[in-house]
Amino acid sequence: MMLSRLLLLLGGLSVADLALAADAARPLNWHAIGMFMLFVLFTLGITRWAALRTRSTADFYTAGGGLTGFQNGLAIAGDMISAASFLGISAMMFMNGYDGLLYALGVLAGWPIILFLIAERLRNLGKYTFADVVSYRLEQSPIRITAAFGTLTVALMYLVAQMVGAGKLIELLFGMSYLNAVLLVGVLMVCYVTFGGMLATTWVQIIKAILLLSGSTFMAFMVLRHFGFSTEAMFASAAAVHAKGTGIMAPGGLLSNPVDAISLGIGMMFGTAGLPHILMRFFTVGSAKEARKSVFYATGFIGYFYLLLIVIGFGSIVMVGTNPEFRDAAGAIIGGGNMVAVHLSHAVGGSLFLGFISAVAFATILAVVAGLALSGASAISHDLYACVIRKGQASEREEMRISRLATLGIGVLAIILGLLFESQNIAFLSGLVLAIAASVNFPVLFLSMFWKGLTTRGAVAGSVAGLLSAIVLLVLSPAVWVNVLHHEQALFPYSNPALFSMSLAFLGAWLFSVTDASARATEERGRYMAQFIRSMTGIGAAAASRH
Amino acid sequence: MTSQELERIRQHPDFVQLVRRKQRLTWSLTLAMLAIYYGFVLLVAFFPGVLGRPLNGGVTSVGMLVGVIIVLLSFALTGIYVRHTNSVLDPLNDRLKQECAQ
Repeated sequence: MMLSRLLLLLGGLSVADLALAADAARPLNWHAIGMFMLFVLFTLGITRWAALRTRSTADFYTAGGGLTGFQNGLAIAGDMISAASFLGISAMMFMNGYDGLLYALGVLAGWPIILFLIAERLRNLGKYTFADVVSYRLEQSPIRITAAFGTLTVALMYLVAQMVGAGKLIELLFGMSYLNAVLLVGVLMVCYVTFGGMLATTWVQIIKAILLLSGSTFMAFMVLRHFGFSTEAMFASAAAVHAKGTGIMAPGGLLSNPVDAISLGIGMMFGTAGLPHILMRFFTVGSAKEARKSVFYATGFIGYFYLLLIVIGFGSIVMVGTNPEFRDAAGAIIGGGNMVAVHLSHAVGGSLFLGFISAVAFATILAVVAGLALSGASAISHDLYACVIRKGQASEREEMRISRLATLGIGVLAIILGLLFESQNIAFLSGLVLAIAASVNFPVLFLSMFWKGLTTRGAVAGSVAGLLSAIVLLVLSPAVWVNVLHHEQALFPYSNPALFSMSLAFLGAWLFSVTDASARATEERGRYMAQFIRSMTGIGAAAASRH
Repeated sequence: MTSQELERIRQHPDFVQLVRRKQRLTWSLTLAMLAIYYGFVLLVAFFPGVLGRPLNGGVTSVGMLVGVIIVLLSFALTGIYVRHTNSVLDPLNDRLKQECAQ
């Protein structure tokens, strides 16, 4: 059927790629390519299996709500332990030591907060998207349009950052051209989501999480063995060979400014709680109890992974940094700083394990972009099409068709943007995504669940204030104003806007709610008690559809 | 649900107790986590030297230990929440649901 034809097409694409790459005379990594092909074949098999089980919109958006807490916990962990954190945080530790840990801790610390405040209430109130929760007692159209806008902004920016990162990484690891790498990621992403929906997306994420966790465990084990299972010996040798000496064991210049430190912390902690593809995962489990369990497992896996990264990052200071094999003629790390974890895999496990880790890094990107595409598509088909345009009158078939078309559209857009931004400096994008999620989605979601006084007018004003201030402040900050636009001095001195933009979002939502004296606002406040009872007890909550 | 049903749940003693206990658990754990994390952030911002001090005279620093402890504490807090909710709040909630279904 269609899937097998796509498979053929993909095969053709990769063969063409290999030929192209050979022409370019880049070293081809056959182990990596072989293992990656295996992963792709296996996940396409899963997509086929999932496609047969994806019949309704509930299946498509939430895998029928039938996943267990453990499965969902692994999938959430998979979303968080992306290629950016695996390669990026280990690279930061390699270069700056302790500062890399600050990033890891910020993301991790968000998870208990998500558990205590959001997970269960979200599951009890919503069905497919977080807009279901915000619009529970507010007016559908304005809230859904704003929420869909917030979702799409975050999902697309995140997608572009991932696509560009993926293209560069694959170019390096597999010797494939940037164009073909971006095309391959885009086609596979659309394939997983349109055919297999949330079920395929989740299983791809779970498999990748298991592969990445086991691969990193092996790497950390081999590093520790190298140092006789003594972390003290590892830190001592790292400090002995690093240019900063024992400075790598203490916070460096990264967060010397208190405002920047707090702003970054807020952005990471609450940004995670505002990422639409993460929030969507809470609807894939059957009950609030399973939602709760999934965060417990996710926090455990993410924390474990970051502990492994400390060993991997500091171990590579010695095992990669002092090995001339991994440096080019000028003495720089081959492929750039982000490649240290990949080089370390070669150092501890030879070329076969290098191939494995390269394939896992690619798989990681695929799994994350699939989740992003699905959350973007659901904002279009569920929030915009079914709830706003058709006012809830669309049939399941129509909604499914729109969601598949939307996925295709997002895939095409992601490929085009990925190609446009190839040579742009987009490092600021990943920081922006979390700051925007923390300012646009989180305040309104939080207030809708915890504050009786929130009205439609306040919610829309809060989202808009958060979005505009986050973007404006970021453009005026050193990352864009100086580094991208080449002005002399930044108009906004801090590198992360989250502290200010999130406060403005809360302020806007509050101000425009308390001054809202309309009849609609009175009704909306009156409906809070029903919402509160359902969010606390789960009475009336959507049950798992089947499975 | 009709407004009478809502009112009945709202005044139900089990519901009142559930809300009180759940909110106490939620907010005390949230405050604990915020204090741990932002305490750490402020330490990094104002007293980075404290974190750089060697532990037991070796190379391993106090900050490294603090980092590992924060990871473990985050996991422990989620564990406390799940355990307490499963053993105390869920039974209360189930009883409430049953009584209100009648």
